[in-house]
Amino acid sequence: MIDTCNLTIKDAASLLASKKIKAQELAEAVLARSEKLNKKLNCYVTICSEIALKQAKLVDTLLASNQKLGPLAGIPIALKDLFSTKGIRTTAASKVLENYVPVYDATVVSRLKDNHAIIVGKTNQDAWAHGASGENSDFGPTLNPYEQSRVPGGSSSGSAVAVASGTCLAATGTDTGGSIRQPSSFCNLVGLKPTYGRVSRYGIIAMASSLDSIGHITKTVYDNALILNVTAGQDNFDSTASAKPVDDYTQNIEKGVKGLKIGLPKEYFDGLDPNIRKLIISAVKTLEKMGAIVIDVSLPHTRYGVATYYIIQTSEVSSNLARYDGIRFGNPREKFGAEAKRRIILGTYALSAGYYDAYYLKAMKVRRLIKDDFINAFKKVDALICPVSPTLPFKLGEKNNNPLAMYLSDIFTVNANLAGVPSLNVPCGFISSPRETSSLINGLPVGIQVIGPYFSEKLLYQVGYAYEQETKWYKRKPEL
Amino acid sequence: MKKKSKSDSSLITHYSSRKIDIDYVARLANLPLTKEEKKTFEKQLKEVLNYFSKLNEVDTRKIEPIDHITGLVNIAREDKAAPSITQKDALANAPKTHNGFFEVDAIFEEQ
Repeated sequence: MIDTCNLTIKDAASLLASKKIKAQELAEAVLARSEKLNKKLNCYVTICSEIALKQAKLVDTLLASNQKLGPLAGIPIALKDLFSTKGIRTTAASKVLENYVPVYDATVVSRLKDNHAIIVGKTNQDAWAHGASGENSDFGPTLNPYEQSRVPGGSSSGSAVAVASGTCLAATGTDTGGSIRQPSSFCNLVGLKPTYGRVSRYGIIAMASSLDSIGHITKTVYDNALILNVTAGQDNFDSTASAKPVDDYTQNIEKGVKGLKIGLPKEYFDGLDPNIRKLIISAVKTLEKMGAIVIDVSLPHTRYGVATYYIIQTSEVSSNLARYDGIRFGNPREKFGAEAKRRIILGTYALSAGYYDAYYLKAMKVRRLIKDDFINAFKKVDALICPVSPTLPFKLGEKNNNPLAMYLSDIFTVNANLAGVPSLNVPCGFISSPRETSSLINGLPVGIQVIGPYFSEKLLYQVGYAYEQETKWYKRKPEL
Repeated sequence: MKKKSKSDSSLITHYSSRKIDIDYVARLANLPLTKEEKKTFEKQLKEVLNYFSKLNEVDTRKIEPIDHITGLVNIAREDKAAPSITQKDALANAPKTHNGFFEVDAIFEEQ
C-alpha cells in the first residue's frame, strides 16, 4: 500500500509519470484511508469514491497512451465543502444546504479538474466558514490528529485534517480572517492565503466578499506553489479576480533569503504565549543565519484589527446569507446554526439605519489605516514574519460559549485580510503543553506566517521553502 | 492617532452602551429566532459591541473609507450572450416548482 501520509505531490507526480504507481492505486489508497480515519476525525462531509476512481482510471488511460499531463494529474485533492462541485453535494457544513447539489463547478474546481486532479471528497468546516475551531460545523466537529481532544483550527478544519492525516495530498480552503493559515498552523501544514483577487471566488459560497481569499493547504511549500500555478489568474466570472499575469511559482523557489529584508512587527508579539514566541524567534534566527536581514517594524493599528474585521465581516455575512431563502435551493432560514444566526444579527444591526456610520463606515476608515500600515512597512522590508495563532490548538469546547474569546483567536490573522496582502503559514516546530506533557509525546504544532506585498506569492514561497529545507518540520506526522 | 474624534467616536460609544433590539433586527434579517436564542444573543452581542467601541481611540476624521483593496476599477466584460445553465438545471434544487418556474407562497393575500 502507498504511504499517503508521507507522500508529497511532487513525489507522487514523478512516481505517476515514471509509471511506478498508477493513479488508481493512489486513489484507492487515499480512499481506504479516508473511510477509515473519517470515522475517527470527522474531516469529510462527503467522500466521493466512485467519482475519484473514475477520474483516476481516466488518468491511467491517458498516461498509458503517453500523453503529457501536468503535475496535478492523478493527485488526490480534497475540497472544502464551500466549493461548488457539479453533481456533488455542497453543504457549507450547514443544515441549510444539507441536500444541495450544485449544477456547476467553481472556477478553481474546473481548473483542478482540467488538470486531471482527483476529487477525493468534500471536507468538513465551520458552517459557512464562521469559526476558528471547526466546532461550528452542523455535522459535528473535526478533531486535531496530533491530539484528538483538541481543535484542528478553522474554518478550513476538515481540509487541514484531511491533509495532515494522509487522506489526500492537498486540500482547498478559504481564508476570510485566517481560515487557511490557522488550521495549517494547528496541523503542521503549509497554507496559503493569496492576495485578494489572485484566485477566482466564482462558485465558492461567499462569506465576506471584500475579504474572502481562495487558497489551499499542502504538506510542503513546493506542493503549495504547484497548486497556485493552476488556480491563480483572471476569470470572466469574477470581476474581482486580478488580470495581473500569473508567475510560475515553483520556478526559482530555491533562490534563498540572502540579503532579503525581513520585518518583525512588534505588535504581533504582545500578549503572545512565551513558548510560541520562543519558536517564532528561533525561526527568525534560522532565516538570519541563512542571510536574511532582520529589521524591527511597527504596524501601529494592529490592535484594531479584530474589531474592524468583525464589523465588516458580519455586515457582509448578513448580506451574503440573505440569499438563502429556501425558495430556489436549500432549506428555510430557521436551519441556520447558532453562529450564523449570531453573525446575521450582528451584521444586520451594524448596517441598519442610523448605525451604519458608527460601525460600518468607521470600520472602513480604520481598514484604510490598517492597509497603510502594511504599505508603509513594505517600504522598509521585503516581507514580514509573525505568529499565526496567539495560542496552541485549544481544547474542544473551551471557547464554545464565549463568541468574543473565539473571535480573538483571529487576532494575528485578520489584518492580512483587511489589507488584502498575501500570507503563507509554514510549520515552525512543536510545543508540549506544560500541563499535560505526559499525554503529548510529540507536542502540538506551531506555525509562522510570512506576509508580503500585493502579489508577492512567489517571494513568500521562496522564504517558506528556504526555511522548510533547513528545518523539515513537515516530516513529523501525527500518530494515528 | 489616539486623539478622540467627537463626531464618529461618540456615536459608537453611544450605541454600544445600548441593548440591541433583537426583535427588530431579526425582522430586518428575516431570521426566525427562539426565545432562548434571543436571550443569549442579546447578552453576547452586547459584549461584542462593547469590544467594537475600541475603535473610538482611532481618529478617522481625515480618513477616507477604503475602496477596492488592490485598486481595481470598472471591470466589465462584453455584453454578449453565452451558454449558461438550462432552465431545468436552474430549477434542479428548488423545493417547489410550477410549470418550469419557482413556486413561492403568495405574498399578497386577497381580503
